[in-house]
Amino acid sequence: MAMIKKDVVIIGGGPAGLSAAVELKKQGINDIVIVEREKQLGGILRQCIHDGFGLTRFKQTLSGPEYSQRFIDQVEELKIECITDTTVIDITSEKKVIAASKNGLLEYQAKAIVLTMGCRERTRGAISIPGTRPAGVYTAGVAQAYINLYNTMVGKEVVILGSGDIGMIMARRMTLEGAKVKAVFEILPYPSGLPRNIEQCLNDYDIPLYLSHTVTNIKGRSRLEGVTVSEVDAQLRPISGTEKEYACDTLILSVGLIPENELSLACDVELDQRTKGAIVDENYQTTTDGVFAAGNVLHVHDLVDFVSLEAEALARSVISYIKTGKLDKCDIAITTDANISHTIPQKISGFKDCKLSLRVRKPMKNCEINIMQNGKMLKQVKFKKAIPAEMIQIKLDKAELQAVGELKVVVR
Amino acid sequence: MNKLYDVIIIGAGVVGSAVAREFARFSLKIGVVEKELDVCCETSARNTGVLHAGFTYKTGSLKAQCAVEGNAEFDKVAEELDVPFKRTGKVVVGFNENDRQSLLKYKAVGDANGVPGLAIIDKQTLENLDSSAGGEFAMHAPSSGILNPFIYNIALAENAKQNGVDFYFNNEIMSIQRKNGFYELTTNRTVYQARWVVNCAGLNSAKISSMLGIDGYTLAGFKGEYFVLDKKAGRYLTMPVYPAPGPTGGFATHATPTVDGNVLVGPNSELVEDFEDYGVTPAGMEELMTEGVKMFKHMKREYFIRNFAGTRPKLINKETRQVLDFVVEARAEAPNSINLVGIESPGLTCALPLARRAVALMREKEELIANANFNPRRKSILCFAEQSREVQKELIAKDPNYGEIICRCENVTKAEIVAAIHNCLGVETVLGIKNRTRATMGRCQGGYCETRIAEIIQEELQKKTTEVMYARRGSAMFTGKVRG
Repeated sequence: MAMIKKDVVIIGGGPAGLSAAVELKKQGINDIVIVEREKQLGGILRQCIHDGFGLTRFKQTLSGPEYSQRFIDQVEELKIECITDTTVIDITSEKKVIAASKNGLLEYQAKAIVLTMGCRERTRGAISIPGTRPAGVYTAGVAQAYINLYNTMVGKEVVILGSGDIGMIMARRMTLEGAKVKAVFEILPYPSGLPRNIEQCLNDYDIPLYLSHTVTNIKGRSRLEGVTVSEVDAQLRPISGTEKEYACDTLILSVGLIPENELSLACDVELDQRTKGAIVDENYQTTTDGVFAAGNVLHVHDLVDFVSLEAEALARSVISYIKTGKLDKCDIAITTDANISHTIPQKISGFKDCKLSLRVRKPMKNCEINIMQNGKMLKQVKFKKAIPAEMIQIKLDKAELQAVGELKVVVR
Repeated sequence: MNKLYDVIIIGAGVVGSAVAREFARFSLKIGVVEKELDVCCETSARNTGVLHAGFTYKTGSLKAQCAVEGNAEFDKVAEELDVPFKRTGKVVVGFNENDRQSLLKYKAVGDANGVPGLAIIDKQTLENLDSSAGGEFAMHAPSSGILNPFIYNIALAENAKQNGVDFYFNNEIMSIQRKNGFYELTTNRTVYQARWVVNCAGLNSAKISSMLGIDGYTLAGFKGEYFVLDKKAGRYLTMPVYPAPGPTGGFATHATPTVDGNVLVGPNSELVEDFEDYGVTPAGMEELMTEGVKMFKHMKREYFIRNFAGTRPKLINKETRQVLDFVVEARAEAPNSINLVGIESPGLTCALPLARRAVALMREKEELIANANFNPRRKSILCFAEQSREVQKELIAKDPNYGEIICRCENVTKAEIVAAIHNCLGVETVLGIKNRTRATMGRCQGGYCETRIAEIIQEELQKKTTEVMYARRGSAMFTGKVRG
């Protein structure tokens, strides 16, 4: 197996990988390759045929394929090497990448690796929904792939568990294709997805959303015949006596996304138990030297626009890394209080402007996010409304930062 | 057209498939009739996948004899049939004096049954054997092992098929009549005729027995639920860890590594009326969580990838409810029939020994001529992920489909999926592909590959969208095309 040397190997040709590649090439890094397991570039956007993408990045609303095509066009114009239909099966901490394709095994030796593998859906098994195992139980993304990519209809009478964005989008999509979507149930007391999707995908089609409800039984031996739904208490435990039966042939699960980090683990990247993505510094460098991560593989985003922006920021760090062989040491850890789920990055140098991405854990009104270092208030940002569904980004100016001392992010 | 056979076997679980394979050693026309769409759909698939040593069964019982016999020969069987198998040994752990007495009792039973190497070990020795196991002391059974129960059942059936046995799926027996020295078996689809009938119907063995004219058997269904844990948990566990049997015998929830590197935690045990209700329950899951962590220290919710349940059809005395031994019999009231009733755990271990006893019963009645062409060997689908990089390269060069990864979690290639779709038994379900290749068994549970597998099934077999079946009869995955 001949070893191919590359400055940068980008793993995954979805929005993050494409954005990183375009930015790298524009800034003069030529020796790069995108390795993509699908037959086409675009990642999950290929199946997201609804609109709403690009409002931040391009100031207009695009469909998923339109959004990704803007980057694919640039990749083609810039003549960036892309290897599709090729699955990376191993990465080492020495930055070797092994991939399988119909033409054989490829082995790359990279100076830097960019992890942009995206995320996967949480499954029924991971949340242990009781009941039988008939056909007709699909995660929202799988149902979306069947309908939008394979022209295959998964069912006619639908119940949706989870108010994630893809679940709500599938509620609308299946309604438009003639299915009866009976209801969306969310175990939390607030929705998981974006307000605009509740409006445009549920309310516009009179699909009810029941908060503090979950599926407590799945019935049917061959094909799904129905589900039992129960109200839950404050601890999210089903309340006995509240069971309601819904006849349906399809159950769609939209119960969360998990960054896909199996390959990251292979090259010793340390993960953050909160995000399930890599621990990164302000350069998006992981704990493995020369291995970088951005997009949904790092933390699940609400909007693809932020994925692109994050990947472009990553590209600029990779460029300095390639040119100088090293980046500033990032020893300033960032901690959060219980009301903030996490921050990206998890550590910074103190010598550079940076942007913190974070989410609140529960909906809050008239709140204030404070960033403190060594007891000193660095930044106070006020929000009329903050919800877990929306990512918050806060810029930090290097002038505000001290060279040592943990950063503390709290919300009140 | 009626189909005339020397022997018809009812049921293509592990016992029916083993019986088919052992009868295929003789010049006989053999058919297997199965109500489901594949082999290995009920109890044979829904268990822990353990090769038992045989220390809990009453000395002299068929369970004890067959378990010890089946255990001793399994290295050879696994090699012949290319079945993933590891002789890991097992620990039965105890926490208190009652447990110690139980272990001593079963060690004595095991010694009497001829189980090799049983030893009571202290905590330090237990920790050295498996540091993830709970318990203060244990009995170590070095001859126990773990195997892939799907592949074993498939291997037996495929080997039978390769030696001339016909398999008929989606054929549920509705009635059995004896006419002019032949049995007529009417299914939901057709009628089969046979000189001999072998009842290997597992959960339905008492029902089939009655159809043959042998009444009086009562089966009690004991449902057991399981958790499947991620391979990340599998790094810790090296061998099955069982709790000491209680006063009534029988094992409670245990933790077992699978040959593929996952961990199974289960089963609990609940008496059920409906033998095919495989629903998992909140109470069952809670019980597994509480009991499982006592066996396997690393049991955590974050490792959960799936739940399943299975039912053990225990033959019981209707009055006393006492659990009885396996039945393998040829009875005068149903001439030329062989009746296997109440085959539950350790049925996986005992399948071939039971099959040989079934053959022996036929042999008492008529001379059997050896099938000179019988080949006991059969190969599994080559697993790409387990090969060296050099072999992987050669495989892709020979067949580019090896270069297309379909299941990203288990690294199953298109070549393996295509080989599974063209299995010699003619099985076409998504579950059938899963059991043959491991595709969809990983942590994303088919999130990435299920769409692809459904597409490849349609392409390779020229199926319509609505004809793709998930697992059982009537389990259509799709309602049609979205457009056109």
